[in-house]
Amino acid sequence: MMDLAPLWLSAKLAFVTALILIVLGTPLSWWLSQNRSRWQAVVQAIVAMPIVLPPTVLGFYLLILLGPHGAIGSWWVQLTGETLTFSFAGLVIASCIYSLPFAVQPMQNAFESLSRKHLEAAWTLGASKLDAFFSVAVPLSARGFVSAAVLSFAHTLGEFGVVLMVGGNIPGETRVVSIAIYDQVETLNYQAAHQLSIVLIAFAFVTLFGMFIINRRWQS
Amino acid sequence: MNDIQLKYSIQKGDFHLEVDTHIPATGITGVFGESGSGKTTLLRCIAGLEHSETSATAVHKRRIGYVFQEPQLFPHLTVRKNIEFGMRRNPAAIDTVDDVARLLEVEGLLDRSTKDLSGGEAQRVSIARALCQSPRLILMDEPLSALDERRRNEVLPFLDRLHAETSVPIIYVSHNIDEICRLSDHLLVLDDGRLVAEGGLRETLTRIDLPQLGGRNAGTVIDVSQSRYDDEFDLTLFGFSGGEIWAPGCHDPSTVRLRISASDISLSRSRAESSTILNILPAVIIATATESSSTELVRLNLGDDILVARITRRSLQQLKLQVGDKVYAQIKSVTVRR
Repeated sequence: MMDLAPLWLSAKLAFVTALILIVLGTPLSWWLSQNRSRWQAVVQAIVAMPIVLPPTVLGFYLLILLGPHGAIGSWWVQLTGETLTFSFAGLVIASCIYSLPFAVQPMQNAFESLSRKHLEAAWTLGASKLDAFFSVAVPLSARGFVSAAVLSFAHTLGEFGVVLMVGGNIPGETRVVSIAIYDQVETLNYQAAHQLSIVLIAFAFVTLFGMFIINRRWQS
Repeated sequence: MNDIQLKYSIQKGDFHLEVDTHIPATGITGVFGESGSGKTTLLRCIAGLEHSETSATAVHKRRIGYVFQEPQLFPHLTVRKNIEFGMRRNPAAIDTVDDVARLLEVEGLLDRSTKDLSGGEAQRVSIARALCQSPRLILMDEPLSALDERRRNEVLPFLDRLHAETSVPIIYVSHNIDEICRLSDHLLVLDDGRLVAEGGLRETLTRIDLPQLGGRNAGTVIDVSQSRYDDEFDLTLFGFSGGEIWAPGCHDPSTVRLRISASDISLSRSRAESSTILNILPAVIIATATESSSTELVRLNLGDDILVARITRRSLQQLKLQVGDKVYAQIKSVTVRR
């Protein structure tokens, strides 16, 4: 019988991460899309860094930062009495940073391709900036939001290096599916590794295929 | 009626717009100028879409309806939702979607997606959308320039109707002198960010000292009343302050405005008795101005109306035409404007 716990944990982590990234990534993406200052370029580069950095580098610094003596970790210990590293909460924070570019870039692209004239039309019709954002910019960027959600979910699901560094391998807490597969291979339990891997392959294909189909339909 | 104050000063790169004037709070004020003269920037300042850099600028507190060059309909909303957009955001809006839709004849389109509209339909919907918030001032930025000739003629009658049926002042920007002549009552002429002329349409249009109103743009409009239709020759006779004038075709009795281009008028000292020209009217020269090395513009007075004629400098000298002279204006062609 296949151990489903790592799959569920991965799904939960990916879902929470995608949700947080959509909520926090939206204002960030909007700012990046509307701003052309030098600061914009700096922030843009920082946001994109997780794409190029080895997950171990990211994981290493997150381990220090989130650890009981790190800036965020010590604050968390004071607040909750628990450590952030090797916990689900720590994994969520790490995943959000790791998957940030995959949420921000599609949203930013969607916002950039938005016609400014549509926003101006909304303003001249009495909409406030916030109102125009929600009633015009968001619906017209729906495609970007869907891509951002799907990509950050899928990318979090496939995360390995950062999880290994920050989360370790605690069943039910940090033992996500990629770690579980690694574990099964280490102990030469190939059948279990196959089962989990095939589920991931199928998921990845179905998700990306679905997204491309939706994109194509949107275009026409 | 209070005038509307327009006082804006804005610097955009090398371009500087400086406007300080008042326009009537009724009818259509045309803003004419070449592209790059600052017409759109002026409208955007009035709408608050551009921020004037001087503190002396009066920002408009009126509710403003803006009709863009392209319709800019929201593609994710139906036609009805587009029209309702402004109305739902302005509690003081008094018009209903149905009334406005009827005015612009878009009732049949209300449940359609904006993607299924022709260019002319889309622009009519966008005018309806601007009207539905019950604006106190309507701004139109070349609303016909993105349309081809056929679509333009499909939308123009609605602008005439709007002019006739609404008491809301409209500022209409265009580089097309024909549209300006057809629609405006008052005229502002912009050049390189500055007002070079302003005033009532007829007085301003017939100024002969402005290069912006020379060349193809030189001419005049006269407001007329219809006298009778001659069905034998398919001609309509119009009466105006300076006499009577024939125009080919049968025209709607509501026709009130004719346009006569300066190059369609020639002058003679005596009345030509056997001429193919139908319209020969006595006039008095009130001003002349050299337009180019070969041409001269002559401003003529007929009754309360003013005509502008383009003649050669040579003819002016040979006929010894001077201010105050009585001449006959031979009008070769007339365009019925509305």
